[in-house]
Amino acid sequence: MRRTIGAVSGALATIVAASFVIYAGLSVAPGDPVARILGPRATDEARAAVRAQLGLDDPLLERYWHWLTAALQGDLGRSLTYRQEVAGLLGPRLETTLMLVAMAASLVLVVGVAVGVAGGVARRGRPVVAGLVALGVAVPSFVAANLLIGVFAVQLGWFPTYGAGDGFWDKMWHLTLPAVALSIGYGAYVAQLTSAAVEEESGKEYVETSRGRGIPAGIIVRRHVLRNAALPVLTASGLAVAGLVSGTLIVEQAFGVDGIGALLVQSVSSKDYDVVTAVSLLIVIVFVVMTTMIDVVQVALDPRERAGT
Amino acid sequence: MALAWSRVVPRAAGAGSPLLLVSGAAAGLLTLLAVVGPWLTPYEADATDVLAASQGPGAQHWLGTDSLGRDILSRALAGARLSFAGPALVVLISAVLGTALALFSAWHGGWVDRACNRLLNVMFAVPGILVAVLSSAVFGAGFWAPVLALGLVYAPYMARVVRSVAVRERHRGYVESLQLAGMSPLRIGLRHLLPNVFPILLAQATYGFGTALADFAAVSFLGLGIQPPEAEWGVMVAEGRSELLDGAVQQSLVAGTLIVVTVVAFNVLGAQLAGGRR
Repeated sequence: MRRTIGAVSGALATIVAASFVIYAGLSVAPGDPVARILGPRATDEARAAVRAQLGLDDPLLERYWHWLTAALQGDLGRSLTYRQEVAGLLGPRLETTLMLVAMAASLVLVVGVAVGVAGGVARRGRPVVAGLVALGVAVPSFVAANLLIGVFAVQLGWFPTYGAGDGFWDKMWHLTLPAVALSIGYGAYVAQLTSAAVEEESGKEYVETSRGRGIPAGIIVRRHVLRNAALPVLTASGLAVAGLVSGTLIVEQAFGVDGIGALLVQSVSSKDYDVVTAVSLLIVIVFVVMTTMIDVVQVALDPRERAGT
Repeated sequence: MALAWSRVVPRAAGAGSPLLLVSGAAAGLLTLLAVVGPWLTPYEADATDVLAASQGPGAQHWLGTDSLGRDILSRALAGARLSFAGPALVVLISAVLGTALALFSAWHGGWVDRACNRLLNVMFAVPGILVAVLSSAVFGAGFWAPVLALGLVYAPYMARVVRSVAVRERHRGYVESLQLAGMSPLRIGLRHLLPNVFPILLAQATYGFGTALADFAAVSFLGLGIQPPEAEWGVMVAEGRSELLDGAVQQSLVAGTLIVVTVVAFNVLGAQLAGGRR
């Protein structure tokens, strides 16, 4: 329990610290928001008025405090590019990104764990799995994206080359290739750790003993090996899913999917800093919440961890 | 350096690993290519030739041309240097930061060590690509923004492996003798602890280089790192992306393959160098 409280308060502290670092960093970034709002021919009085209205001359801590209190009430500022509330930009894009992450996460968990178990259990399959994993870890998502687009969208024409689609099924169809590209690296990572965990567990004495007593291999694997190997697999999967969220930056840009990842990259390019602050903080929050959940679940599932605290 | 190599190589090679030789040869060859590549280009890397645009591989252009008629082989060779220089600096920065932090925390132990550990845990929780993108927002897109950001993000990975060895060395008798002999902690750290952690540092740096290369190329792919028309592998993948729709796959294929082969070579070499000590 103490460890859970520690993990949660640590997560909150991390989020607050991250929000300050992001805000302070972007406040010294190049680009003049006043010129963006008023255009180049504004008078000095108008510029001074807008500066005062935006609070640009206040000290950093005061501006941060203003931003934080407003953000907590759901006011994340305005986008200079879209001329719209940032909060309004996030909603529909968040839905797309969450769907993409959910699809990629299912692929990572199902394929990654299956390949890992196969590699851990079947001795002869091990080199094949090891080779697949080495290759999978090394293929960056943006390289995989080009390959998938070239083969499955352009040559075969099975999937669209661009965009996120409308409606549930159309969206799913549009997001299939992006989800595959996103899941390769983390899928290989989960397969690697699963394979190692299963292999280690299968080599233990009790497994040999059970085998000697004539218990069928399938039952040993299902009832004992997999259950005992589950914890490291769970940890790896959680970290992988957390990593998928920041992976959307690259994959959404590669496939022209208008989720929050692509929004962040475009906002950095167009120096639209209210959007950059909001989206990057959102990604940090998701990431920190995921990793904290892993920590807490680990303690809940493993009596040894509980006893150790 | 020579001392460290002589310690690393025989142990791994003694295990009779052809993987070590193959990955070492591949990594060495690619590094050589990055150094001399820009001088080997058959054409100017940014010379356009509209009449020869989007050609497949042929006698004139061995790997074909891109949509502006630039020779892809030349761009790949010329781009190798920037593609390697970025991650090499990332690894150097993270190795220096990580080792300094690890030696400092291992030396002092106690609450300093615990505080450093907490700091590392927080830093582990930060997604690298996000920091690199934000760094480009603050410092402007280019070479240095992603390099500095990734150097910082990778430091905890270096610190973790170095600390594990440094803590063990710290409590050896020779360190105490040197201390009693009046040698300053800084000198002991640099002259005696550092050479002992060097082999594991080298393995981790090799492993990290592959990942850093992929991340650096990713930032350029997003348009926030190296800027076109400069040749760099991530930039080439991005340019190849729009050519795909016209059925021209050569640029994506060449740049993508180079990235994947390099990452595999350095990953495998790093794992081999670390083999037996993890």
